[in-house]
Amino acid sequence: MTVDLDTVVAEAEGAFAATLEAAALEQVKARYLGKAGVIPDLLKGLGKLDPEERREAGARINAAKGRIESALEARRDAIARDALDARLREEALDVTLPGRGRGRGSIHPVIRTWQRIEEIFGSIGFDVADGPEIETDWYNFTALNNPLNHPARSMQDTFYVEGTDSEGLPLLLRTHTSPMQVRYARMHEPPIKVIAPGRTYRVDSDATHSPMFHQVEGLWIDEDISFADLKGVYTNFLHRFFETDQLAVRFRPSFFPFTEPSAEIDMKFESGPLEGRWLEISGAGQVHPKVIRNFGLDPERWIGFAFGSGLERLTMLRYGIDDLRLFFDGDLRFLRQFA
Amino acid sequence: MQFSEEWLRSMVDPSIGTDELAHLLTMSGLEVEECVPAAPGFSGVVVGEVVAAQPHPNADRLKICEVNAGGERLKVVCGAPNVVVGMKAPFARIGAVLPPQEGKPLEIRRATMRGVESEGMLCSARELGLSDDHSGLLVLPPEAKVGSDVRGVLALDDHIFTIKLTPNRADCLSVLGIAREVAALTGSALRVAAPPAVKAAIADVHTVRITDADGCGRFAGRVIRGVDAKAPTPDWMKRRLERAGQRSISALVDVTNYVMLELGRPLHVYDLDKLRGPIDVRFGRKGEKLQLLNEQTVELDPDVLAITDDSGPIGLAGIMGGESTKADLDTRNVLLEAAFFFPDAIAGRARRFGFSSDASHRFERGVDFDNNVAGIERATQLIVDICGGQPGPVSDNVARLPERKPVAMRVERARRIIGIPLVADEMADAFARLGLPTVRESDRFVVTPPSYRFDLEIEEDLIEEVARVYGFDRIPVQPPRATAVMRSRPERQRSLHAIRAALAAADYHEVINYAFVDEQWERDLAGNANPIRVRNPIASQLAVMRSQLAGGLLANVQHNLNRKMPRVRVFEVGRVFRRSAAVTDGPLEVAGIEQPIRVGGAAFGTAVEEQWGTSSRPVDFFDVKSDVEALLAPRIGRFEPCPLPALHPGRAAKVTVDGRDAGWLGELHPEWQHRFDLPGPVILFELDAAVLQDVPMPAYTPVSRFPAVRRDLAVLVDDHVPAGLMLEALKGGLPPIVESVQVFDLYRGKGVENGKKSLAFRVLLQDTQKTLTDAEVDETMTLALSIIQQRFGGNLRQ
Repeated sequence: MTVDLDTVVAEAEGAFAATLEAAALEQVKARYLGKAGVIPDLLKGLGKLDPEERREAGARINAAKGRIESALEARRDAIARDALDARLREEALDVTLPGRGRGRGSIHPVIRTWQRIEEIFGSIGFDVADGPEIETDWYNFTALNNPLNHPARSMQDTFYVEGTDSEGLPLLLRTHTSPMQVRYARMHEPPIKVIAPGRTYRVDSDATHSPMFHQVEGLWIDEDISFADLKGVYTNFLHRFFETDQLAVRFRPSFFPFTEPSAEIDMKFESGPLEGRWLEISGAGQVHPKVIRNFGLDPERWIGFAFGSGLERLTMLRYGIDDLRLFFDGDLRFLRQFA
Repeated sequence: MQFSEEWLRSMVDPSIGTDELAHLLTMSGLEVEECVPAAPGFSGVVVGEVVAAQPHPNADRLKICEVNAGGERLKVVCGAPNVVVGMKAPFARIGAVLPPQEGKPLEIRRATMRGVESEGMLCSARELGLSDDHSGLLVLPPEAKVGSDVRGVLALDDHIFTIKLTPNRADCLSVLGIAREVAALTGSALRVAAPPAVKAAIADVHTVRITDADGCGRFAGRVIRGVDAKAPTPDWMKRRLERAGQRSISALVDVTNYVMLELGRPLHVYDLDKLRGPIDVRFGRKGEKLQLLNEQTVELDPDVLAITDDSGPIGLAGIMGGESTKADLDTRNVLLEAAFFFPDAIAGRARRFGFSSDASHRFERGVDFDNNVAGIERATQLIVDICGGQPGPVSDNVARLPERKPVAMRVERARRIIGIPLVADEMADAFARLGLPTVRESDRFVVTPPSYRFDLEIEEDLIEEVARVYGFDRIPVQPPRATAVMRSRPERQRSLHAIRAALAAADYHEVINYAFVDEQWERDLAGNANPIRVRNPIASQLAVMRSQLAGGLLANVQHNLNRKMPRVRVFEVGRVFRRSAAVTDGPLEVAGIEQPIRVGGAAFGTAVEEQWGTSSRPVDFFDVKSDVEALLAPRIGRFEPCPLPALHPGRAAKVTVDGRDAGWLGELHPEWQHRFDLPGPVILFELDAAVLQDVPMPAYTPVSRFPAVRRDLAVLVDDHVPAGLMLEALKGGLPPIVESVQVFDLYRGKGVENGKKSLAFRVLLQDTQKTLTDAEVDETMTLALSIIQQRFGGNLRQ
């Protein structure tokens, strides 16, 4: 035996390792394992040996062949892995580039407030009412115990539009969301538990008044819904709306034709830029018996509270917006902040 | 209502400070809007008497005065033109601190003026921050004690309260009214005595007739002869009037204003010598004219109550007197009037004439009808004291007074409304404090409202008084206990908020536009020549109600373009307003007017925000159509060409959903694009919210376990044949094994004859029961081709 098999294996391993491409590797393989390769040559030479030696040498050669084959396999895997790595490197993206596709719009901040209020009151079972914006005198004023001579009915306060109602009174743009409550109450049986958000109109236009704005009214009528309940519900609402209990709320006696006792509700932040100032936030009270009667209900049996708040005001306080006019400009630089 | 704390405390003086008093009033329903010091702070200023004055040797305008400031005599250089020996004026000693003129408080130091040392300063009203008057020294009354603090002499340590009164509390339109309230809330005694009667010195009475007792319930009068109308109003009265916001005018006018503010009793003073015959209170007659004290001439009519004499109207009852009988500085003989006019006879009249007055403000809301004589007595006393004169007897003409019906309040009802177990004693205490005559029965109280309260008519009025005096603050914040019932939105109804969320996700920003718009928008964009007009618009461009949303959306695009925002996508959800005879009064409807909620959008600029990954191109009809389709999903809209005034006639579509009118979509007409000054096309849409909200329940069908077959069909048709109609025809005409038909290619140009287009349809076939055979598929595709051939004149593309 003139050939050192260990040397052959070492040579083959070295040759494989020196080969970088799959095709070249197959040629190198032929040198060792191909028909005219080193290992088949050695196997051919076995015939000259006696059987005892042949068995022993054959086993050694086959072991060497096995080692070469596994070295080849390992090298093949390595080359394939390198190739994949190279391809992946090549395919790498600049993942910091912005994504392709459409942008995202936004919900108007006042509507965002509107929706949050629906959710907050919805969580204790309040329904949401709707109703027309061009209203009749009866729903906007009379039903709410507003006397005929009341200044609110004047053209300085209320927008009137062409057309008259069945009483011959001119149609108007609702000055508050209360008509929706009246309509809802007349369509449903107590207990009545509803909020009525929507657009409202008043003849007023300056830095702090818009001729069109939004209100939300709430109404809860049952056999025993009291002023104390009003305090509970509205205070709870403010705490949830502003997501803090660090908010003082006070109820002051006031006057509205449609409630009695009536209250003005003030709130005070305990931190932030408006800290320590009482801010008017709502008018409220126990629904006036005449209004309950106009709901089609017996005020002896049914009592309850109503409140009304401005959505713009709540929105401004919530987000720290300092100019009412921004709500109606449609300026994208403002709107997209609420995406 | 404005008044000084000093005046209030002269009637009721609780042992609480100014701030606490203001808080108390606010929390009882008399909202203190403002509470400010009557004068700015200063110190070290005393009453000085000028005992000598010599010209300054080095200055023509200055004088060297010797001032007695209580004990010492000081040398003071003074430049005031009105300084004379013997006068008393405010004197700021060395070390005195005067109110800031520009920023910092001014400390008085020893100073040398043109070579002469001055040991203090004589002050003008402006230097003390009392007024803008800087024409000379502030002249103090001769009786002011030399050396005493000027703040005390002028009663400057006072506060001015301004109260925002609610319209029901007319009884608080006087210091007495506020004092009554403070007494009730604090329990402090009310120190007000009925004005003593002034004895008649003469017998003169001026005859008064009340023709219309519905308007005038009472008219008390008194003649006073020989008054000196030129007599000066005393300082104390001027001061109280000024701090109540009333300028001093003349003694006679000041006295009437004073009594009105003090007792809430409006008075009028006539020049007796200008009256022509007896006074008659009656409603006006068409054509009668009257010149008022404010120099305005008004025309009367039969619902305006007038004071008249033989010459005709001489005053608007309860509103303002007339020029012809006005008391002026030459007046010698007067007639005082203290009347009661019913609120309904006064309300709204002044506003109709375009003004308001202190009297009308009070009579509209209700004036005490029991203090007419007291008011006259009080005024007489003041006039006689100030102007002299000889009063006649009071003549009190009573025609008809308001009724004061007793009002009952049940203890149990009060507890139920307020929501706390108040004891009856506490309720009784509230009524007693308010001075309301009350009879207590077993389970209720019966209250007879006093003549000065016009707001106590029903049980709730009394419950409110109880709650108010008890204190709203003391009523607990109580989470209600109620029957818990679940509530849910119907599954078939999508909320408007969900629609908004979908549009925001599709890159539109929500806007809120006014519902009143420019009439021209309606005419041009909606073709609406007869919009619903606002009768009293605030501006001509906000004069009509919109019948569509487009105008506002285009204005939004314009607004943002002007602010260098080149890409604008906006939407609005809001009502539009149209006349409609079909609408009758209903639970949610107003007859004659349709007010549907619409969802409108506008897209301008590039289809997507300019970016590295997508080539930039302007937004087009089909971009927005896909947004509309997504909004309609899962329902499928039908889009038909339909010219609309706002839109490009060839790029406009009417949208229907299951036969219902759902709105429209299209490109803005180039003419309006030009008119709105927009540098590129705008795609607009407007859809009916009710249609969008109406979503179908998902309808389950079994998923097929058999393989689907896909076949394509490419056809050539005339260019003008709408693809949508072909799709509809295929979907409607092919058997149920056809799962879907879609257009996947559109081609015009090389290889296709001019005037033709090539459309390629992808047809997906599947059966739920078995695998489809080639024969079945072929048969279906043959049918598809024949539909195209027969209905649309198309041919298979070779």
